[in-house]
Amino acid sequence: MSQGILQAKLWYAQRISAMILGICVAIHLIIIFYAIRGGLTAQEILGRTQGNLGFAIFYEIFVLACLVHAPIGMANILQETFPQTGIAKPASWLLALLILVLGTTAVIGVYTGGAI
Amino acid sequence: MSNTDLKVKVWRGAEQGEFVEYLVPRNPNQTVLDVVTYIQRKLDPTLSYRFACRVGMCGSCAMTVNGVARWTCRTHVSKIVKGDSLEIAPLNNLPVIKDLATDMREFFNKWKGAVGFFKGNQTRHDDFAIVEPQSEERQLANAGIECIGCGVCYASCEVVESRPNYLGPAALNRAWTLTNDVRDIQQLDRLRAVAGDEGCHACHSQGSCTERCPKAIAPTAGIAGLKKLVARAAVRGSKWGKL
Repeated sequence: MSQGILQAKLWYAQRISAMILGICVAIHLIIIFYAIRGGLTAQEILGRTQGNLGFAIFYEIFVLACLVHAPIGMANILQETFPQTGIAKPASWLLALLILVLGTTAVIGVYTGGAI
Repeated sequence: MSNTDLKVKVWRGAEQGEFVEYLVPRNPNQTVLDVVTYIQRKLDPTLSYRFACRVGMCGSCAMTVNGVARWTCRTHVSKIVKGDSLEIAPLNNLPVIKDLATDMREFFNKWKGAVGFFKGNQTRHDDFAIVEPQSEERQLANAGIECIGCGVCYASCEVVESRPNYLGPAALNRAWTLTNDVRDIQQLDRLRAVAGDEGCHACHSQGSCTERCPKAIAPTAGIAGLKKLVARAAVRGSKWGKL
């Protein structure tokens, strides 16, 4: 695959993931507004999310959309800012790995309530 | 209009050089090109600059005036003058040959690089192609077709500045008009040429080209059209085939 076609596909992936993120962020904010009525405690949050598969699936979709979206954007910025260094690819893969691992760990954490 | 002289700083030299100040009498309806012509004819015949039609058709007289790329033949001094000062420099993002004349070869080579030229498969013995004036393609092509190749968009583009291989707004605008030309037969080659980091996907959509285009064309919109067209052709295929 030529570099141009790869870039075109990445651009498409970034746009699609942006659409998913847009919806996810909106739902996330609505939940936050709902959740903070009358104070905010870890207990209350875990009470809502623990064992709730819907929450887990929603937030894992959120994580996966970030996983696609953010590293592509960061690679573009790095490539343009430091064109000669070759840092864009490794740094964006690293970011992707971090988002996947940390994000999924958090999702598992709120789903199981830290039981694992 | 006041009759005091204009203080005009003009770039002299090539990549290395300096601004030299000239005093030019003010006239009603004076254009920036009139000012440059006055300097060359009356004050310093060694000043080099480029112009041809003087009426906004040929696209050869673009310069940086008070920091902004403009077509000088249609830019009235009274509209842009700061106090009584003008600063006239060659276009950005292009090598300077001498004074106000830039080397436009790279700019036009990029049009070629973006497959920004027409190729059909009909001969003079065939009937005329029928292109409905109201068809979507024709309307989209119309929006970008009046480009005069002045280079104002290219000189204003920050992506060109940071990525020297980027094709630039003018070449991509031309490619966009041609992707909407139903008679053209090199569509897939064109989509491949404008894909990716050196083509449409590098555009930041900042819109300096659109803001400054003297012909009120919106290359940003054309480039957005190309982004969608190319990405869809790469993922799902297009009416001309898959990339």
